[in-house]
Amino acid sequence: MAQQLAAKEPTVEQIVEQKIYKQFGVSDSEFALICEFLGRQPNYTEIGVFSVMWSEHCAYKNSKPLLRRFPTSGPRVLMGPGEGAGIVDIGDNQAVVFKIESHNHPSAVEPYQGAATGVGGIIRDIFSMGARPVALLNSLRFGRLDSDRVRYLFSNVVSGIAGYGNCIGIPTVAGEVAFDEAYEGNPLVNAMCVGLIDHDKIQRGVAKGVGNPVFYVGPATGRDGIHGATFASEDLTAESEAKRSAVQVGDPFMEKLVMEATLELIDSGIVLGIQDMGAAGLTCSSAEMASKAGNGMELYLDEVPQREAGMTAYEMMLSESQERMLFVTEPQHEEQAKAIFERWGLHCAKVGKVTDDGRLRLFHKGEQVADMPVKALVDDCPIYNKPSQVPEYYLKNGSIDTTVYEQVTDLNGALKKVLGSPSLASKEWVYSQYDYQVRTSTAVVPGSDAAVVTIRGTRKALAMTTDCNGRYVYLDPEVGGKIAVAEAARNVVCSGAEPLAITDNLNFGSPEKPEVFWQMEKAVDGMAEACRLLDTPVIGGNVSLYNENVKGAIYPTPVVGMVGLVHDLDHITTQSFKEAGDVIFLLGETKAEIGGSEFQYAVHGVTEGRPPEIDLDTERAVQVAVLGAIQQGLVASAHDLSEGGLAAALAESGFERGLGAAVAWTPGLRPDLALFSESQSRVLLAAAPADADKLAAFLAAEGVKAERIGTVGGDRLTVEIAGHRAVDASVEELHEVWKDAIPGRMK
Amino acid sequence: MKFAVIVFPGSNCDLDMYHAVEDTVQQPVDYVWHTATDLSQYDAILVPGGFSYGDYLRCGSIAQFAPVMAEVRKAADEGKFVLGVCNGFQVLTEAGLLPGALIRNNSLKFRCHPVDLVVENNGTAFTNAYRQGETIRIPIAHGEGNYYCDDLTLQQLKKNNQIIFRYQGHNPNGSVDNIAGVSNERGNVVGMMPHPERAVKDLLGSKDGARMFTSLLNAWRETHGAAIGR
Repeated sequence: MAQQLAAKEPTVEQIVEQKIYKQFGVSDSEFALICEFLGRQPNYTEIGVFSVMWSEHCAYKNSKPLLRRFPTSGPRVLMGPGEGAGIVDIGDNQAVVFKIESHNHPSAVEPYQGAATGVGGIIRDIFSMGARPVALLNSLRFGRLDSDRVRYLFSNVVSGIAGYGNCIGIPTVAGEVAFDEAYEGNPLVNAMCVGLIDHDKIQRGVAKGVGNPVFYVGPATGRDGIHGATFASEDLTAESEAKRSAVQVGDPFMEKLVMEATLELIDSGIVLGIQDMGAAGLTCSSAEMASKAGNGMELYLDEVPQREAGMTAYEMMLSESQERMLFVTEPQHEEQAKAIFERWGLHCAKVGKVTDDGRLRLFHKGEQVADMPVKALVDDCPIYNKPSQVPEYYLKNGSIDTTVYEQVTDLNGALKKVLGSPSLASKEWVYSQYDYQVRTSTAVVPGSDAAVVTIRGTRKALAMTTDCNGRYVYLDPEVGGKIAVAEAARNVVCSGAEPLAITDNLNFGSPEKPEVFWQMEKAVDGMAEACRLLDTPVIGGNVSLYNENVKGAIYPTPVVGMVGLVHDLDHITTQSFKEAGDVIFLLGETKAEIGGSEFQYAVHGVTEGRPPEIDLDTERAVQVAVLGAIQQGLVASAHDLSEGGLAAALAESGFERGLGAAVAWTPGLRPDLALFSESQSRVLLAAAPADADKLAAFLAAEGVKAERIGTVGGDRLTVEIAGHRAVDASVEELHEVWKDAIPGRMK
Repeated sequence: MKFAVIVFPGSNCDLDMYHAVEDTVQQPVDYVWHTATDLSQYDAILVPGGFSYGDYLRCGSIAQFAPVMAEVRKAADEGKFVLGVCNGFQVLTEAGLLPGALIRNNSLKFRCHPVDLVVENNGTAFTNAYRQGETIRIPIAHGEGNYYCDDLTLQQLKKNNQIIFRYQGHNPNGSVDNIAGVSNERGNVVGMMPHPERAVKDLLGSKDGARMFTSLLNAWRETHGAAIGR
């Protein structure tokens, strides 16, 4: 059978005549260019290698011009985009390493393994830098939680994330999950990993030293995941189900062994360069490592450990079998490296050699089966500036006034609707399936604004979050992009941390559509501006395009993963009210802004108009003030106002300890709009009575608008607006609605 | 007093167990590799949580054959203290050092959250620092923590005071008689699904687990006179 498969491989002539390259996503003009680089027509292995290297997933050919707009450097950035993950200095010779990556398409067809291997891949990106992974996060989007298909996808994605993270022993500490029909059929599964490293241990994926051996470590290569990178770079169609074989199968136990052995190997100081085999497996890792060193590489494919008989060069190069690494060391260290892997029960195989000719040459069964210029593979993929066009819907939304909806008077009912909306409701059903405490460093567990992970042996900690409101980005990509960054930073600040940097996962529809490309451009511009103003450079990320279903593109969803530094454990703050009697402050300006809000969706059943505005200078001032107040010990609890506005924030703050609040507020707006407005740059703070005046004075000195709106206490949430009772509900009742929304739909 | 933390391929709470010993009783502690063939220098053997050998087969069923397990048996026979937590509990039941078995949670899902436990027997080397009947809060994190044994075994467990901890209020996994932890007949081997090593300081949400380690040190000091710390 295998022999037959090999025999059936198309010839050079067939590739040209039948345009077989088109099946791999290579266009006619790209094919012509490949022929030019080779000085001849490629064989089947070569066209396979080129097609994955030139896919959007590896080459960013449609997004590169946009990615250049991001600020990527800063005084703390030790490594920006380009390597496995970005690195930021946190002092004392330590640094934090993090990156986010998508596994959307695999998860759409095989949710458990798709999600699991997404987690496995991002963990490898972190430990291949030499860092110890200490936390996992994720960002998930699904269709409405009322069909069996969505429940199946949701349930299995969560199980897949749990299955991998729990087994390997890295806590899954934070994340977000939202449900909207825009993601029907094309769920988003973004996984983020955070690691810690000492400055002197930082590794790069470079094939250094001509003549040095190249080693392969990890499980044997099989036929799984062939063309995964290409699969990720095209629209999901009815035929996608048939591509199930393109999804890899994860083995977290194997990755645990590879991780421990790799970190031990790096610790021994003998590694010259190392990279994981992620998308496009052996192809991408070998070509990129050679490219970064300005060298070439020869691979002897007979030496590659193989799980199946009769594998061809093409199959080995394109396989995305999981948990594999490629590294380079000096010949005299071969035995030492082997001994380390053997201790972990792993085999490492010498599969190649670093060369000086700038070519990637493959040998199989005594023959040279491919010979390609490394530079052409890695750097010379054509970059496209796609046409961009303002979408019709955006223009239409500009004339929709969301402040003239008929006034909602049952505000208790509206609050319950909002709290019971699966996007806003408790995610305990999700995170109780994740081991969020292994490594015993999780100081703030899932459920608050950001998770906080302590750094053993120091007084420091890391706050981390993922954020993006796809509805805002859809309604106005530039504003939505700004808000995604600002809200992530606000979450980190509310946890007591100084925002450091972000990693981003740009999830969009097909860039071939000018309207989608316009969304990408605008969102990136908005994010870039926010990153500049908030001093949080982009240190790495991932682009996932072609996220479409039969109805069209998903909501543009540029997910922001942010990490902040808690300078002292005493600064760690959560969103929960602490004591009855604490004084509640509302920071920021509340406007009649319900475009794209959870209230608009849950109560009025639409997503339309313009999203809330954001002024980044105001945002920055609020964040600086909140962090300063926390660091001075004036704050008992801090919660950023986001989905569901003030009403939801007040309720959520009381759930953990069953504490109510009595609020009286005169916002000068219609009560329904005031309570559920999602105006930006607002934070809810609570302070002990003894600190309240000091806090008010501090905020005033910082020039931040702060209103004293009420007191924590009792078991009811009451809100009076301009003297009229607007909300009066038992905290327990609200808690039940919020807690049961997802479990109730998953029964 | 000297502690050993056993490391199987796939153990992932070894680090936490090690740190818990450091942070609570400040006694010498070593990681001991699954291939080790001598545990004679240790007074307490801690078998940590995780997914030994991936747990692709029945949890703990492969780990029981690791070379170090012969030594763990020997240590148990000699009356040394052996504590298995989570996967460690599964390993000890598979190895026959503890009665019963752990099967899948009745929810069929992994569960991670704090639970309330009742200290059912504070007369052991593992629980002497707790009050009898005290309620303590310790987290769980497992997919297969549903303790099962037949009726006869359950009668014996009760008769010999071998039920060390029970879940209070909500039983998170469907275990027989709300059992969360048991001992062997002699009382020197204990297995439990909740993770005491994850509850050793306020920053982690609870420090109720710390007293398991101080209990062990108390018990050791009783038989070894006044001990000298590290």
